[in-house]
Amino acid sequence: MNIVVTVKQVPDTWAEKKLDASDKTVDRKSVDNVMNEMDEYGVEEALKIKEAHGGEVTVVTMGPEKAVETIRKALSMGADKAVHLTDESLHGSDALATSAALAKVISTLSPDLIITSSEASDARGGVMGALLAERLGLPQLTQARKVTVDPGANKVSVERLADNGYALVEATLPAVVGVVEKINQPRYPSFKGIMAAKKKPLTKLSAADAGLDAGSVGLAGATSTVVDAQPAPPRQSGTIVKDEGDGGAKVAAFLAAQKLI
Amino acid sequence: MSDNRLSEEHETLRKTVEEFAREVVAPAAAGHDEAKTFPYEIIAQMAEMGLFGLPFPESYGGQGADYFALCLAIEELARADSSVAITLEAGVGLGAMPIYRFGTEAQREEWLPVLASGRALGAFGLTEPGAGSDAGGTRTTAQLVGDEWVINGSKAFITNSGTDITRVVTVTAVTGEPVNGRPQISSIIVPVPTPGFSAGAPYSKVGWHASDTRPLSFQDVRVPAENLLGERGRGYANFLSILDEGRIAISALSVGLAQACVDESVKYAKEREAFGAPIARNQAIAFKLAEMETRTYVARTAYYDAAWRMLAGLPFKKEAAMAKLFSSEAAVTNAREATQIHGGYGFMNEYPVARHWRDSKILEIGEGTSEVQKMLIARHLGV
Ligand SMILES: Cc1cc2nc3c(=O)[nH]c(=O)nc-3n(C[C@H](O)[C@H](O)[C@@H](O)COP(=O)(O)OP(=O)(O)OC[C@H]3O[C@@H](n4cnc5c(N)ncnc54)[C@H](O)[C@@H]3O)c2cc1C
Ligand SMILES: Cc1cc2nc3c(=O)[nH]c(=O)nc-3n(C[C@H](O)[C@H](O)[C@H](O)COP(=O)(O)OP(=O)(O)OC[C@H]3O[C@@H](n4cnc5c(N)ncnc54)[C@H](O)[C@@H]3O)c2cc1C
Repeated sequence: MNIVVTVKQVPDTWAEKKLDASDKTVDRKSVDNVMNEMDEYGVEEALKIKEAHGGEVTVVTMGPEKAVETIRKALSMGADKAVHLTDESLHGSDALATSAALAKVISTLSPDLIITSSEASDARGGVMGALLAERLGLPQLTQARKVTVDPGANKVSVERLADNGYALVEATLPAVVGVVEKINQPRYPSFKGIMAAKKKPLTKLSAADAGLDAGSVGLAGATSTVVDAQPAPPRQSGTIVKDEGDGGAKVAAFLAAQKLI
Repeated sequence: MSDNRLSEEHETLRKTVEEFAREVVAPAAAGHDEAKTFPYEIIAQMAEMGLFGLPFPESYGGQGADYFALCLAIEELARADSSVAITLEAGVGLGAMPIYRFGTEAQREEWLPVLASGRALGAFGLTEPGAGSDAGGTRTTAQLVGDEWVINGSKAFITNSGTDITRVVTVTAVTGEPVNGRPQISSIIVPVPTPGFSAGAPYSKVGWHASDTRPLSFQDVRVPAENLLGERGRGYANFLSILDEGRIAISALSVGLAQACVDESVKYAKEREAFGAPIARNQAIAFKLAEMETRTYVARTAYYDAAWRMLAGLPFKKEAAMAKLFSSEAAVTNAREATQIHGGYGFMNEYPVARHWRDSKILEIGEGTSEVQKMLIARHLGV
């Protein structure tokens, strides 16, 4: 199995997320950056499939120079090699432009399986898996909480999260699978893994190396523009109900007014 | 002066363990403390991460890192739970290390892979009911009868000695007549289980509730002659040299606890309001925080330096003793101040600082009391 797993570097979930004032893109310079937490599940799933069926796991990321830290993390967990697409001209790519760039890189790797996670914690588009499948002309199995691969039959099936249970869906390989949190328990890298990661092949591509046309990526190629953004209003302090014998009734009335009961 | 920041590998390891401690160890700490249960599932995950193999070469199933890497891992774990940190410290630094340092090739091959994998734990039996600081006063005996050692006696306060995964205890015992007026003490590897060896019920302790500490008894325990670890008569000296290194690791553990006290207290002092303002606005509180942070920084710098000296092959015993002395006292002071800053809540087990307070005191006692550290340091000064 030749598996590609996409990983994105995002501002630490603990950090306050900000937009750069000048171009309204996510400020990635002034905060700690980490691997998108959900992508850890994607990497773990790729490694598990590789451990069960053999093959190779390639990490693909698009992002600034610093995103190499996230690549190293995936490699130290056990991925075999990585492709890092990085170029000033890619800055400000929207979801469509990002998917075009990633699809171009992924298609050169001829994978049997492409794993993404369901959502990146910074932009939270939740669309990348679908966009990649569309661009690559492959079936997409998103919101997967369990993945079973049958290389002999050239098939992959997943339990797709639904509102009140799950749907069992399958597709022929190659396919794009989007995983959700809790599909597995991502491993923590060992020291040996950390050392080995430094020696694993890492290909750095510029937009030109990847054969991308400068006008189609980055802010220039974005079909959507973030015009304005406001910080979320601070949370209102809660309503305090004093219990003077009628506390229960008051709470019930409050909940009813909110249409919660 | 050369740069003393962490290398990229050390920093990545530190961050990985920090993340693990925050996500896995911390949430379970209060539960294990309350129930006094050994956290097998956490130890198993640490084993998966290779933490028990950090300082050993890959040829013995280790990770090929170094003693400093072990110390960094211990510090990060102690920020979340001292019990988990001491289990790693005692398992690697005291359990496996004597076999690595003094073992024959056969002993290393027999024990290191399983200990380095973390699937089994080792323990170090030096202290006896009547011989702690003065461990030269060991009474446990081992007699060579035919091609077997026959061991009789008892040990006290032995960490990791009675868990379900304990597989070996190395013990010191008197093996014959004094040589040049000094007791002849040797160390011997005792596999667990061995008939006649038993670990008693766990002690009821003030802290370190999730760490395993027990008294040991030896009644005609027979092990093969080749289980002698190191030279005959060198057991006590060898164990003392293991303790020299161990002090750096205990210093790291102390720094982790001291740091946790700073972190919890800063958070709390900014949130807790009294007299209409966060208590951190009072200089009396802010200065406490400043002192706590300073103590932690100085203590960390001291253990980094002692570890660096040791790995560079320079004399480090005095520095290790000073690091241990200073950082264990820093931990106790920080824990006391953190509890004070938390007020009544600091006395409630629901708050981590209460546990840190109970867990801190032993740091001034184990692996050489503060008085013993001062004796060692003074000896280096020629007094
Ligand atoms: C406030 C704000 C508003 C935005 N509004 C829009 C908008 O209206 N329309 C629009 O098109 N774009 C918009 N964007 C930008 C767009 O969402 C992101 O730039 C684009 O990268 C899509 O990524 P995502 O994080 O949303 O992907 P998601 O679909 O949430 O990510 C899912 C998974 O795809 C993979 N992935 C995503 N990005 C990468 C990458 N760079 N490298 C490798 N793998 C990756 C990862 O596995 C990730 O976990 C907005 C951004 C911000 C900050
Ligand atoms: C939780 C826990 C875990 C432990 N784990 C282990 C383990 O895994 N393996 C192991 O071998 N041991 C272990 N120990 C034992 C520990 O190392 C000893 O308790 C410690 O060395 C002190 O010895 P002692 O208790 O006999 O005190 P004592 O030696 O009796 O000391 C009592 C007091 O007298 C002071 N004192 C003694 N001599 C002098 C002197 N000459 N000058 C000034 N003051 C002096 C001491 O500093 C101390 O304050 C553990 C102990 C505990 C509590």
